[in-house]
Amino acid sequence: MTSSTLRHTVWILRGNPVTAIAAAGAFILCLLAIIGPWIVPFDPIASDVANALQPPSAKYWAGTDQLGRDVFSRLIVATRLDLAIAASAVSLSFVLGAVVGALCGYTGGRLDRYVGRFVDVLMAFPLFVLAMAMVAALGNRVENIVIATAIINLPFYIRFARAEVNVRRNAGWVEAARASGDSHVSVVLRFLLPNVLPAMAVQVSLNLGWAILNAAGLSFIGLGVSAPTPEWGIMVAEGARFISTGKWWLVAFPGLALMLTVLCFNLLGDGLRDILDPRMRT
Amino acid sequence: MDPGPSAQDDGAVWLGVRVLTVNVSETAPLLAIEDLHVTFSTRRGLVEAVRGVSFSVAAGETLGVVGESGSGKSVTAFAVTRLLDASGRVSQGRIRFAGEDITRASSKQLRRIHGAAISMIFQNPRGALNPIRTVGQQIADAIMAHEPISAGAGRARALELLKAVLIREPEKRLDAYPHELSGGMCQRVMIAMAIACAPKLLIADEPTTGLDVTTQKTVMDLLAKITAERGMAMILITHDLGLASRYCQRVCVMEQGQVVEEAQPLSLFSAPQHPYTKRLVAASPTATSTIADLAPEALLPSAVSHSPHPEEAAPAAVSKHGSAVPEPSGASFETKPVASPQDEGSGKKPAPGTPLLLEVQNLVKRYDRGVVAVNDVSFAIRAGESLGLVGESGSGKSTISRLVCRLIDASEGEILFDGQAIGTLPARDFHRSPLRKDIQIVFQDPTDSLNPRFNAFDCIAHPLRRLLNMKDGAALTARVSECAERAGLPSSLLERFPHQLSGGQKARVGIARAIACRPRLLILDEPTAALDVSVQAVILQLLDRLRREDDLALLFVSHDLNVVRMMCERTVVMQNGAIVEQGESLALFAAPQTDYARTLLEAVLHLGGPTVR
Repeated sequence: MTSSTLRHTVWILRGNPVTAIAAAGAFILCLLAIIGPWIVPFDPIASDVANALQPPSAKYWAGTDQLGRDVFSRLIVATRLDLAIAASAVSLSFVLGAVVGALCGYTGGRLDRYVGRFVDVLMAFPLFVLAMAMVAALGNRVENIVIATAIINLPFYIRFARAEVNVRRNAGWVEAARASGDSHVSVVLRFLLPNVLPAMAVQVSLNLGWAILNAAGLSFIGLGVSAPTPEWGIMVAEGARFISTGKWWLVAFPGLALMLTVLCFNLLGDGLRDILDPRMRT
Repeated sequence: MDPGPSAQDDGAVWLGVRVLTVNVSETAPLLAIEDLHVTFSTRRGLVEAVRGVSFSVAAGETLGVVGESGSGKSVTAFAVTRLLDASGRVSQGRIRFAGEDITRASSKQLRRIHGAAISMIFQNPRGALNPIRTVGQQIADAIMAHEPISAGAGRARALELLKAVLIREPEKRLDAYPHELSGGMCQRVMIAMAIACAPKLLIADEPTTGLDVTTQKTVMDLLAKITAERGMAMILITHDLGLASRYCQRVCVMEQGQVVEEAQPLSLFSAPQHPYTKRLVAASPTATSTIADLAPEALLPSAVSHSPHPEEAAPAAVSKHGSAVPEPSGASFETKPVASPQDEGSGKKPAPGTPLLLEVQNLVKRYDRGVVAVNDVSFAIRAGESLGLVGESGSGKSTISRLVCRLIDASEGEILFDGQAIGTLPARDFHRSPLRKDIQIVFQDPTDSLNPRFNAFDCIAHPLRRLLNMKDGAALTARVSECAERAGLPSSLLERFPHQLSGGQKARVGIARAIACRPRLLILDEPTAALDVSVQAVILQLLDRLRREDDLALLFVSHDLNVVRMMCERTVVMQNGAIVEQGESLALFAAPQTDYARTLLEAVLHLGGPTVR
């Protein structure tokens, strides 16, 4: 990152406090994901039945669950897994979707038609049910959640990249690049993709929140991440059993964590586009 | 402040016609603008776009308002018709229409008063028409917005109006949608809508920009006829001095939000008083002007190296018709005496023995669904020769430039470059050809032709990196700076991104990029069509100089015949994908052999040509 990019970033954040707050939130989340396991006050897995179902207190900030595990510690440790699933799923669909979509948008023709129909078919399924089916078929493992989430996100990236590249493929600078000795492939990868990146960054950020919800949803219904592992979706699922007896903290805190994380990435989207677009640098 | 342009106003803009109704009083002038200031609030604070403009229009008179982009001419018109953006407002001054102050009247007030009217015609007729309503409906809408008549009567009036604007087969056009009409016909429909309520004043904002020369002539003749017949006054806003001199009785020249000179066209253009007018007149091609006439070339390199905006900074000491003494400056260019095309006829023109650099034989380009864009075209260019390719939109000239540049494949025919058939290698793989660097192209729209994510340096360096395999380092930096300097782009601007450069500067980046690999053939696809006339003059001189210095062959594609006559030794005239006529430019322009070439030439507007009315 050059100094001018840094200056520009600071300028954007200063003019847009919401983005700055979202960026700070995202930074804290990433930090927690990295150092979480070392800073938590209690072991997130070790059970302590004597202290089961304690309400939030000075010792247990978010209370304890039915096995006496500290909810706060589990929340913090879960950040890593949830972010990792979302980030790898989104980057997988982003890279694949952007390249395939850009190629379709640039070449048109048969590839475009086939990919377009495939995307239509994919979109015709209820996406969450499709993800459930895929995880169930492929096996109840974390990497399969990633793959399923990536596949159900793919149509959005393909369509987005296709549309953005399509309007630019006859631009003068594309022809100029070819006159400067670029092949079609290099025009797509080195000219068109960087130009649609700012717009796609918004999509990525929105999608990240959505992917977190999706992963948590799969865990909630018992697919993917399995029991002792701290994960927000499982925590909500396990806590749901106790909500009728007034043990609200088991559901409220993981739910809050999910909500704040999704909100944070959604808010980040618009600011990210401004930062990545050189035309905003005046 | 009234609510300003409301939803209702937007509807009127959509119709493309805005009618204001005000009491008629018989006191002249019809429209008087007194010390008008218009201010826009922008991110960087208040910007005064119009700074004290005063002029008046008498009933039945045609006034030309001439200026380059950013001169405030359109803003003035928008202030009169109250179509300013929400961010703009009249901060000072008065606008009187038929004796009545309409500066701050609300649109409701304006509507309540009946009688005389102002209507407006916009630049892009297709964009100003509603794409999902038929032309007849839209004209009827314009009438019914102001008169309580039935739909049937509206339709009859619309038909009458279409007849008045001389559209062929008006009955059929009544039910046509805008996309089914040509640009010229759309503008006729716009005119029909504008005159629907018999306004006393018509404001035409660049009514023919973007239309072909022959269409421009018919549309302008129609406007002149209608305003004369109906005794309407007209304000013609244009960047084209030739247009203003031909169709206006009086002309105001605007620069940076001020009227710098006002006179009758004949005296204004034969003896301009203000330095800006002088520069503008000098930069406008006439029937006999040469490249050297447009502006003194010697001033350019030095002006470039000192001013960040070479074309904007008017050299004060510009004298008319290039008679300025070459300035002995510290510029790194050698200022060479510029020869006119006439001189070249004997001196510069490549000798008959010069081998052909480019030979195009029976070129055909067919698209799907049987559209033939280029039909059996053959021509040749010698090394160092400049060939003009002229024709109206749809004539296939841009397709030819892309075929020759090997960006697209021909359906039939051969392209020989330096004796080698280059058409055999598909366009897809031509980037690997060693001849890629020898054929380069400059595109029409300087903004569109630069990658928004590359700064000027990267734009120019890109072909060097790709085609000459130059690595980042001192050699590349030196080469890029040299190219930029030769194209008249100060090296201080190399770090800027396209959106931070002016139109002329972007054009220079495009030229620097094209000459970076020292091509032997440079294709220029309407290189100045998107530029102001004074910038065009500078760019044309630059191209002419580069051509001399590098012994570059040019394929100059343009719809502007004046420019082609000045730039090219030979000219090819195209129509509907086929060559109509080709020959020596001087001979062709003096005595065209075909009817089409004659029509094209007659439609060209020259300064000092005859005045209509």
